Amino acid sequence: MIRTILIVLLFVAVAGTGYWGYSEHQEKNAVLLQAENNYQRAFHDLNFHMDSLHDKIGETIAMNTRNQLSPALAQVWRLTSEAHNDVGQLPLALLPFNKTEEFLTKMGEFSYRAAVRDLDKNPLSDKEYNTLKELYANSTEIQNELRKTESLAQKNNLRWMDVEMALATNKQPEDNTIIDGFKTVDKSVEGYSDVDFGTEVSNMEKMKDRDLSQLKGKKITKEEAKKIAIDFFQLKKNVKITVESTGKDAKYDAYSLTLYNPDTKGTTYMDLTKKGGYPLYVLYDRNVGKAKISLNEAMLQADDFLKKHMESQMEMVTSDQYDNIGVFTYARLDDGVRIYPETVSVKVALDNGDIMGYEGTDFLLAHVDDRTPTFKISEQEARTNLNPKFQVKETSKALIRNDINEEVYCYEFLGILGNDTFRVFINAENGNEEEVRKLKEAEPSYNDI
Amino acid sequence: MKRNSAYIKGAFFAIALCFGLLAGFGQNNAHAFSNQVVQVGATGEDVVELQSRLQYLGFYTGNIDGVFGWRTYWALRNFQYEFGLPIDGLAGGTTKNKLAKASKYDKAWVNRQIDTGKKFSYYGGEKKSAKSGAAKGGTAKSGTPKAGTAKGAGKPKAKPAQVKPAKNIPNGYSQNDVNLMANAVYGEARGEPYIGQVAVAAVIINRVNSASFPNTVSGVIFEPGAFTAVADGQIYLTPNAQAKKAVMDALNGWDPTGEAEYYFNPDTATSGWIWTRPQIKKIGKHIFCN
Repeated sequence: MIRTILIVLLFVAVAGTGYWGYSEHQEKNAVLLQAENNYQRAFHDLNFHMDSLHDKIGETIAMNTRNQLSPALAQVWRLTSEAHNDVGQLPLALLPFNKTEEFLTKMGEFSYRAAVRDLDKNPLSDKEYNTLKELYANSTEIQNELRKTESLAQKNNLRWMDVEMALATNKQPEDNTIIDGFKTVDKSVEGYSDVDFGTEVSNMEKMKDRDLSQLKGKKITKEEAKKIAIDFFQLKKNVKITVESTGKDAKYDAYSLTLYNPDTKGTTYMDLTKKGGYPLYVLYDRNVGKAKISLNEAMLQADDFLKKHMESQMEMVTSDQYDNIGVFTYARLDDGVRIYPETVSVKVALDNGDIMGYEGTDFLLAHVDDRTPTFKISEQEARTNLNPKFQVKETSKALIRNDINEEVYCYEFLGILGNDTFRVFINAENGNEEEVRKLKEAEPSYNDI
Repeated sequence: MKRNSAYIKGAFFAIALCFGLLAGFGQNNAHAFSNQVVQVGATGEDVVELQSRLQYLGFYTGNIDGVFGWRTYWALRNFQYEFGLPIDGLAGGTTKNKLAKASKYDKAWVNRQIDTGKKFSYYGGEKKSAKSGAAKGGTAKSGTPKAGTAKGAGKPKAKPAQVKPAKNIPNGYSQNDVNLMANAVYGEARGEPYIGQVAVAAVIINRVNSASFPNTVSGVIFEPGAFTAVADGQIYLTPNAQAKKAVMDALNGWDPTGEAEYYFNPDTATSGWIWTRPQIKKIGKHIFCN
């Protein structure tokens, strides 16, 4: 009797566990399938967008009139961004596919520049047509390779989940068609790396290639770096300093210093350039108490700090309070002209006014000792190019980097339109509206987390 | 000399008398403001009072949110212009005294409105509070207007103003971006020293700015396979204050990595490819590379 009951109970238990396991398994499969479907959609979308991108570039080569060409180029721009977006949704992070993404971005930038230009006055040059042809050839290759991969994936029912697993565990099966396909695409793009995208796009590149070789002074040693740090913070002997050199592939050759002060129990991190020993950044890590001093007082501290450590005259351009921290950015003032590319940021603790951080990389990269200001038109003339509804409150002179990364001298107008405040920059040579910047108002707290 | 000191004494007496009179006439003024100078970008109690008083007089039409933004700045300058003060956009001693004299401020009422998250306005002391944003079906209560009789006060423009103290966020980002990044940083690098956390946040920003990565914070963070913390769900842990601080530093421009776009933990990295990237430096346990 007891035995029968036990058997029945056991049977029920086994059946229950089996059913539970089965439904868990079903659920897991459903979730995996959903992830797989997302990948599949992104993959097929990518193929579709590359197809139409290829066609559109082909059409632009044949077009002649502006009212055809501008919209077509705008389409190219849109499709590159769509394709870029699709790539971002595929599990390719550990796969070298960045050449292709870069290529898409540059192609987008190139077509955008051409699309917004007045092509009646300034038609596409032969050089630009050549660029388009090269882009066309390149996109043909990408498209073919992707289509091949797509068809193989469809034929063999390849799953992106397998790609993800293969990439994550690094146990790459020899014949992962998808991985091989994407690798081939990236290789083919590499072959086109010398496509001339014109000055406007290559200016973007130049920004990336900036380095610190123009700095004055000779190379310093680790010991000298320590000394500079001790002077910089006026430290006592008991501070523990460690110095490490950056790797040989670093864009900015520097020493990274970590200073631990047993008195304050705070750690300061600092990078000094090897050439000349200039501070790239300083960050002081300690607990900051409740705000006791005002942002204004903190600003005076930051002013003092900069006067002590910088030769250039700096002017504050933004000030912001983040609870118990004040952050200020300063631009260099050169003969009454604000040099916006040469900015530094200073962070001040609002509990006692300590300098909590300094960031000067941009300043060091952009700094030029003597610039020759060119102000050809007068402020009054520049004013006529402003939106008539824009109410000017303050005017100053400035140097900014415009959207194609050229340095241009401008008149800076601070003013309001409606409830919003704007900075408008008018080119001081030709009166072009170079930049309109809406100054952000504080964001309401939707939810305090 | 003696004469001089007598003058000074006299002056002090006169000032003291003035203060006494002031204290007698308007109780509000006695505890007006702290003695700090308030400037653009500041947040806190003083700013709430500044905005309320400026709104009382009709100069400020924005929301009383406790952040000295540009609208507050222009309102203050207009006030300084109208009252013949030097126009510097700073709320210093004289400006605050003038403001305190010209307006009234019911601190308790304003703070209550802010705390409860109700929409309210404070024109000419005519207090209006509307239903709070939260949809809990409460009836709209209008604040009991106390007698507010300021001369030259603007007419109440009954536009309900907004709620809850606001926050400064670095340009181009939102509070939600900050939260998302703090989640990512906490998930990825909570065991790292502070500088290592700033570095991880900086890599996210470098990627957003890079041509070979998605162009949004969320696009970069949720790119499949990009971050292990996203893959294994650690990103959904609740970040601590330090992670948020690190994110704010990175957003404000601090980049300890020398413009790195990749990093990996050499002890756990499984991809051989990542080792081929040009290495910049090691911070904490992570190696940062280009």
